[in-house]
Amino acid sequence: MTQEPIKVIDDKCVGCRLCVKACPFGAITVGESRVAVIDLTKCTLCGACVEACKFDAIEMAPKAAAALPDAFSDYKDVWVFAEQSEGRIQSVTYELLGEGRKLADSLKMKLCAVLLGSNTKPLSDELIRRGADKVYVADRPELEYFQDEPYAAVLTDMVRRHKPNIVLCGATTIGRSLISRVAVATNAGLTADCTGLAIDPETGNLLQTRPAFGGNIMATIITPNNRPQMATVRHKVMKESESDAARTGEVLAQTVAEALLKTRTRRLKMVPEQGATVSIAEANIIVSGGRGMQKPENFAVLAELAGVLGGAVGASRAAVDSDWIPYSHQVGQTGKTVCPKIYIACGISGQIQHLAGMSSSDVIVAINRDADAPIFKVATYGIVGDALKIVPMLTSAFRKALGK
Amino acid sequence: MHFVVCIKQVPDTTEVRIDPKTNTLMREGVASIINPFDVYAIEEGIRLRERVGGKVTVITMGPPQAEAALREAISMGADEAILVSDRAFAGSDTWATSYTLSMAIRKIGDASVIICGKQASDGDTAQVGPGIATHLDLPQITYVRRIDEIDDKRIVAERLLEDGHEVIESSVPCLLTVVKEINEPRLPSLRGKMAAKKAQITSWKAADLGADPARLGLNGSPTKVVKIFTPPPRGGGQMLAGEPEQVTARLVEVLKETVVGAAS
Ligand SMILES: Cc1cc2nc3c(=O)[nH]c(=O)nc-3n(C[C@H](O)[C@H](O)[C@H](O)COP(=O)(O)OP(=O)(O)OC[C@H]3O[C@@H](n4cnc5c(N)ncnc54)[C@H](O)[C@@H]3O)c2cc1C
Ligand SMILES: Nc1ncnc2c1ncn2[C@@H]1O[C@H](COP(=O)(O)O)[C@@H](O)[C@H]1O
Repeated sequence: MTQEPIKVIDDKCVGCRLCVKACPFGAITVGESRVAVIDLTKCTLCGACVEACKFDAIEMAPKAAAALPDAFSDYKDVWVFAEQSEGRIQSVTYELLGEGRKLADSLKMKLCAVLLGSNTKPLSDELIRRGADKVYVADRPELEYFQDEPYAAVLTDMVRRHKPNIVLCGATTIGRSLISRVAVATNAGLTADCTGLAIDPETGNLLQTRPAFGGNIMATIITPNNRPQMATVRHKVMKESESDAARTGEVLAQTVAEALLKTRTRRLKMVPEQGATVSIAEANIIVSGGRGMQKPENFAVLAELAGVLGGAVGASRAAVDSDWIPYSHQVGQTGKTVCPKIYIACGISGQIQHLAGMSSSDVIVAINRDADAPIFKVATYGIVGDALKIVPMLTSAFRKALGK
Repeated sequence: MHFVVCIKQVPDTTEVRIDPKTNTLMREGVASIINPFDVYAIEEGIRLRERVGGKVTVITMGPPQAEAALREAISMGADEAILVSDRAFAGSDTWATSYTLSMAIRKIGDASVIICGKQASDGDTAQVGPGIATHLDLPQITYVRRIDEIDDKRIVAERLLEDGHEVIESSVPCLLTVVKEINEPRLPSLRGKMAAKKAQITSWKAADLGADPARLGLNGSPTKVVKIFTPPPRGGGQMLAGEPEQVTARLVEVLKETVVGAAS
């Protein structure tokens, strides 16, 4: 029998239930025996109960030693996966370079971009202007666009050879599909959808903070015993690095072994979405509509405001389920998580599954007829009124103010 | 063909509340449900079986009570169910979870298409599906919104992207993760409910999988949670009252700078 990772010392436990209250996962019960019992299938070993216990009655197997094992000194630099599509670097990459710079500086390491593609010269130059000290480039016709297997195999190979300390990747469709494979192949820890990153000054560990349970709780996660430390980062949370034409850096062309390019999938067709000029994942401003918009034609009213603001149109599930707008616009638990600078919710009640997808937006504006709608609890600015009337007025007021 | 659907039991987030005094999730009395995306995965498995024949096996790694999720899947029409449950799995992160599930799928032996949900609603990682594919060295199509063609050698599916979709062909066996758009899940039939009650659920422990103990549970998990906290509440919302003209003018005033900044 292996040693339990956490245990209650029966003699010390007085059955006070402080730990029961402290446990975020409902893993502790105090039964008739009047001692705490930890359900290991629910426990995540977060240590909240150990801290809460006034009687030192809960013991956790010691955490990894504070100093990094020697082998870790081989692992250097902060890497950013440069996501590109159609020969254009995706803006999340610049956000990662902005954040990666801070991490690299506090670790006294270099900031590197990793670029996979075809005819990549203009892109690698831009990555340097945006702050990369080095750009590792795999340039092959087979890598022109994202394909799961060759991209994962090539990146895995680079990670094994160059041993980065940290690898950051956008929490996008491509980013999550790719880096999950690389993390498993390289035995790396991978934390999803981070909204905060920092370096622990004592251990050098990457402190990765992310929302869980639809944003109801936040968790800070580390990878103490493995390198590299990998994380995907939510779009629009970090600040983009500025482009500086005077910056210089190294471009390191990588040889790619043929075997790495093998793939069992093939892209037959790529179909861009019709009509939508900005995707909600990338938009700085989202004008979103719910059942309160009442009919599909009224989404044109939202599109007009979005057009004036240079934003995208989002929707609640109720609007999507009524076929007023395609699923790719759905915000929330079963849709997309977005984090724009401004989110304007029109005729959306603000059920928890919707909030899960948008409550970390910088500014939230809510327009709803019902003063008691839960959306007002998260709104920065709330307006009780008819969205069908207010939105067009808002459109013309902005048009005037912006000189459009 | 053999369709293996991975499902996870999660707390029903509509009911998860924060205790204002202790700042922790109140789980007491919170119902458990099948992860919403996994319901679409089950439905798609059943539809594929109806299309090309074969069987659907649902599998979950979780505590003994996760059996309820498996029975629910059977009531929808799944043929077989496997519960992978052991204390040794406690503290698993996505690395260890995908390893454990991959070992179980290896033991099943003849999986043609493995179907996962896009992501689980408690962790929201979307990492376990691709993780399983990597452990099993299988190709993957993630974020599938439609399956156009399928036979025992190849599958053609549409992957939803941020700004459109792509049509991808893969050899079989392979792993898919599915989004909500893919189908409309059926409700359990009366016959299904009867079958679910009687169904024999296969139960596997760590030792049954021939798994490397060092890769299971906490030991096999590179990531560790060090802190849990509630996000600071969104401070000081403001209600704008007055005539529509006044309110819109006020909104333009407070937002204009951000709008201009966002455009640059
Ligand atoms: C497992 C699961 C997953 C889910 N995932 C999601 C998800 O990803 N995204 C999501 O959005 N939902 C999701 N939901 C659904 C969610 O619970 C709500 O049902 C949904 O968000 C409601 O959409 P709504 O606010 O548009 O509609 P309603 O709740 O019907 O609200 C409409 C609002 O419009 C207001 N209104 C009506 N007319 C006007 C007017 N003229 N002017 C101004 N206001 C007006 C009303 O006062 C009301 O508050 C999920 C549910 C479940 C069970
Ligand atoms: N414990 C588990 N048992 C079975 N399937 C799981 C488990 N955890 C995750 N999955 C599958 O992996 C998908 C993605 O989960 P996640 O990576 O946790 O967001 C889910 O939709 C399930 O299909």
